[in-house]
This record gives sequence, C-alpha cells and structure tokens, in this order.
Amino acid sequence: MSTAGERGELSRERLVWMYEQMLRIREFEERVKRTFEEQPGVMRGHTHLADGAEASIVGSIATLGPSDQFLTTYRCHGYPLVRGTDPKAMMAEIYGRRDGLCKGIGGSMHLTDVATGFMGTSGIVAAGIPHATGVAWAAQIRKQGQVVLCFFGDGASKQGAFFESLNIASLWKLPIVFVMENNGYNVHTRTEQEDANRANGEDLSVKAKAFSMPGVTIDGRDPIAVYETVGAAVDRARADDGPTLVESQMYRLSAHGNIIAPPGVPLHFPEHEAIEKFGAPEEYEAAKRGDPVPAFRGRLVGDGTLSAEEADRVAESVRREMQEAVSFALDSPFPEVETALEYVYA
Amino acid sequence: MAHELPYIAAVDEAIRLEMERDETVLYFGQNMATTENEPYVDAFGKDRVRVTPISETAEIGIAIGAALAGYRPVVELYMAEFMLVAMDQVINEAPRFRAMSGGQVKVPLVLKAGYGFTAGWAGQHTGTISSLFMGVPGLKVVVPSTAADAKGLMATAIRDDNPVVYLHNYLLTLEHGEVPDGEYLVPFGEAAVRREGGDVTIVATGWTVDRALEAATRLAADGIEAEVIDPRTLAPLDTQTILESVERTGHLVVVDQATRHASAASVIAAEVAEHGFSSLKAPIVLVTALDATMPYSEPLEQFVLPSEDKIVAAVRQVLGTAPVTA
Repeated sequence: MSTAGERGELSRERLVWMYEQMLRIREFEERVKRTFEEQPGVMRGHTHLADGAEASIVGSIATLGPSDQFLTTYRCHGYPLVRGTDPKAMMAEIYGRRDGLCKGIGGSMHLTDVATGFMGTSGIVAAGIPHATGVAWAAQIRKQGQVVLCFFGDGASKQGAFFESLNIASLWKLPIVFVMENNGYNVHTRTEQEDANRANGEDLSVKAKAFSMPGVTIDGRDPIAVYETVGAAVDRARADDGPTLVESQMYRLSAHGNIIAPPGVPLHFPEHEAIEKFGAPEEYEAAKRGDPVPAFRGRLVGDGTLSAEEADRVAESVRREMQEAVSFALDSPFPEVETALEYVYA
Repeated sequence: MAHELPYIAAVDEAIRLEMERDETVLYFGQNMATTENEPYVDAFGKDRVRVTPISETAEIGIAIGAALAGYRPVVELYMAEFMLVAMDQVINEAPRFRAMSGGQVKVPLVLKAGYGFTAGWAGQHTGTISSLFMGVPGLKVVVPSTAADAKGLMATAIRDDNPVVYLHNYLLTLEHGEVPDGEYLVPFGEAAVRREGGDVTIVATGWTVDRALEAATRLAADGIEAEVIDPRTLAPLDTQTILESVERTGHLVVVDQATRHASAASVIAAEVAEHGFSSLKAPIVLVTALDATMPYSEPLEQFVLPSEDKIVAAVRQVLGTAPVTA
C-alpha cells in the first residue's frame, strides 16, 4: 500500500508501525476493561475506553514532530501509548500504584507525560480546549515551530470553552489543530439529540465557519485518511497559517465508561448505549463490523503490505507487552499515603 | 527609598517590574493592549501583552496552558465576579494539574481581580468572594490592604509557582501610600500587625483594615488597646500570628467585608476556636456584611456593610463593657 499526500508516502515500516500502535491501544484497554469487569474494585472510579478511536488516535499522533505537544480528554489511554510513554507506568497509574505515571494521584482520567509533550488532561468536558490553546500561545511566543494537537469529543463542541477557545485561536493564528472525535454519543445522548448542525443533517465541522478557520470531516476509522488530513492541518499550523478544526467520525465500541455504582444506580451500562438504552443492537453490530483495528489489518494483509503471519507475530508481541504491563502494575506497591499531600503546591 | 503611589498604581508597578525582570511573564485580558502606543504593548510587545474577547473561561484556561508550557501569565480580570463564569478553570483546573500529574507540571499564574466595590455597584459587582478560593488546595489567595503590600504581594504572586488569586479591593484603588522603590517582595503567609494592643485582637483584611484601625483609635480614647492584625494572604493563612495575639489579649473580633457564612472571618474564628480556645476569655465575635445581596441605595448599603461603629460595638461586647446582644 502506498499513500501520496503532501507529506509524502507512508513507508511500509510506518504502516506496520501504525497497525502495531492501534493494536497496542486495543490490547492495553482490553486489559483495563477486563479488570474492571472481572475484578471489581481493583481499578477505582471511572475509566473511559477508546475502542473504535484507535485509527484516529494513531493517525493524529503520527503527524507530530519530536517537540510538538498535545492535550486530551479523560479518554486518554491511547495517545501516550503511541507517543512512546511506557505502558507499565500507565497501567500502574490506573492501578493506583507507586510506579504509576502520575504516582497514583491522577488515575485513568488524568494521564500526563510532559517528557513526551503530553501536557495534561482535564476530566471536565471541553475544559482542556483552552489549556491546549494556551500551550499553543506559548509555542507561538517561543517561535520554535512547535504545533499543538487538541483532542476533544463531539459533546465538548457545545461548551462555551470550545467557542471561546476556537475564536481566540483563530484570532491569534495559533499553531494548533483541534481534533474533534465524534463517536456519535455524548455520554448517553446521541449527537443528533444535542447538536443543531447534526440535527439538520450537517457535519459538525461546519462549526469552524463561525471562527473563520477551515473545518473538515473525515472517516476517523481510516488511519491513513486521518494522518493525511491532520498532517495537512499540522503543516498549515506550523507555517503560521492558523488553526484547523478536524471532525474525525468514528463509533465508540464500548459504553461511555465503567462506573462502579451500587446495584440500581442507573449509571453503569455494561453494553453500549445503542443496545442498553436505545434498543438499536443493529446499529452497534454494524459499527462492530467497521471496527478499525481488524479493518486495517485486513487492508494491510490484503494489499500485501503485511503477511498474515507477520500480523500474528505483531499481535502476539503486543499482547505480551501489555500482559507485562499488568504484571508490573500488580507488583508495584501502593504509594506512601503521605504523598497525597506532596504535590498540592509547587 | 520609597515613593508615594495610589494602591492600584503600586499593583501596576509590580507587574511592570516583573515583566522587565522575567520575559516569561505575560499580561493579558479584556480591554487592554488595544492600541500600539499603550505602555505595556510599547514596553513588552504584542507577544506578551494581548487583548482578549470577553471569554473568561478561555482567558483563564489559556493562562493555564501557557503556564504548563513554561510561562507566567497574569490575567487581568477587572472584577472578581467575572471569575464566576469560569469557576471550573479557577477551582477545578488550575489548582489540580500539579497534583494530578504527580508533580510533573506546575501552574504559575496570577488571576488579578478587583473586589468589594461597595460604592453603589449594587448586587453583582460588589462581592467579597475571597473565601470561595481560600478553601481550594492548590490555590493561593492574596488580599493586600496597603499600597506597599499591593506591590510586594503582586511581585511575590508572579514569582510563585502556583496559581494565585490576587484580589485588590476596589475601595482602596486611589488610596495613596508609601511604596518601596525597585524590587520589593512581601512573603505569603505572614500577617502584618498594623497596631499593637493588649486588650483585644481585631483581625481585618482589605478595606476593613483601616476601619479596624479607626475603631481602635476611638477605643483607645476609652483606654481599650486593640491589636489589629492584617493576614494579607488568606491562603496560606498565618494563624500563628493571630493565635499568639489572642494568647495575650484573650479576646477576638474578626472583621470581613464578606457576608458572614463561610467567610474568611468564619474560617479564622474556627481556627482560633480549635487551637486557641484556652486563651479565650469570651466568645469570638464576627463583624461581617449582613447576609444579603448588596443593595444599590446608599443607606441600605451602609446598613449591610461592616463599619467602625459595628467594630467598636463588637469590641465592647467581647470585653463585656457593653450589653451582650444575640
């Protein structure tokens, strides 16, 4: 397979790498999901999975240069894995252990890895959009050609923080790309129930028009399409031509999140909301058939980029890596309780 | 050496000096830097000094991002109440990132806002909402009452590695005071004893400090010596200086321009009740604004606010020289 965007062709090695990264996200999160379901209480609070978003995450992060930066939402496991953060430290964080990426204080929703340019996550919908905008302002002042990727969901695009930030980003021509991952649902509400553009049959990227910036909608299940579109937007930002809004369409293949709630509390959907709430299993099954991870494998194997045996070897190696991450997390002790007070103030 | 400046100009002097000293200090907000010949733009350029739209959530959120990326933004918010439209950013974003990242990041920013403009600004622009911020771990809260402190606390706020809510009292805006020349830093968490006295401790902040000092002068005529303590910062709060004073005086009156419940005054009273109970010879009395939306009409506003008369009466009450009222 070859692709000839403005950023040049993706090499065979790069395409295989992209597949491997998609698989790493899936296998990492499968272990998170299984622990949540099979060993309640081991992981605490709330965890949000990115299954269905892997292609979009990999295609986006793959466009970044070494000194570029990014900020995400609480659905944040995928990006750092692709960027090179150690899955052991990530898993230990989700287990609340001492060797966790954020020393067990952040947890699943607040992964941060400044060393790789992952500047932080907000658990509040849309609250991270102005943060990313501020990081982009800093990049503009510093004048070292850095670009910032800002990830958020379709639900965030109805928050004031979204409108305020995109207005300023366009006004100031900041080096930032706004990647809206539209997975069709805002928590348990369908996009057409809460978005005026969608309700009127328009793509959500039309919102960009309000800020006089380019807006484009793409199939977020295709990592190459994402890579080319986000890549073009990154190039544009780096050339000081300002921000772009990319709507990356996908389907979330798990429920909104795993919530440990007492029986009877109507928060925890073990199955996707399409099944549990809207009685539309056919919608979910169709989305499942479009699962980007096996789809990309099929594509690479189909056009001879990767043999089935090589693909199996990649999968086996990824599974081993993620199993080691779980073992590492289980072996890591809990933090000393006093560390709860250690990072309140700098 | 010192020079005389209005309180608000002293704040400005600190920002200018810090911007000259450290090129990572940024200053931005609404209705500023709109022309090329504005002094800040002229001195520091449009990279560092910018006008924003009326978008407090983005203004404060952008400050957080710039701080994460190594800068020291000062956000000009004008009025403390304008932070209320962006409370998520103030309370649940800025002070959380250092902890949630396990100490990987710091968020050095200053939210500069005026408060307490009880001069006919009625219900929505007069609040003393400082206690909303003082209960948030990770935030620091600064309430200068003199021109010198206004300068020294702003300089310290800008150099601090944490988010600081810097609250300047609007009623003090044009109050002149002696301000030290050049670099001047006032440490956080160190109360100032504005007047020494052995009979009663009066704790007051911001605009109420002068009210307390004038009340103390009146009481002195009757032979009552009040000690007046100005905490200067509410977070960190220098409870030690207050407790040591109460240990000597045995009596405490806490004055606050805020409404009573969940005020800074009530927090200070709780600290002394817990840690200084054995020193107290009478119940603590709070002199706060009455629990009401600040009225527009002047006599009503005066009725609601703390005053010299109310402070004098409170001191007489705790000393038992006036009938105790409920």
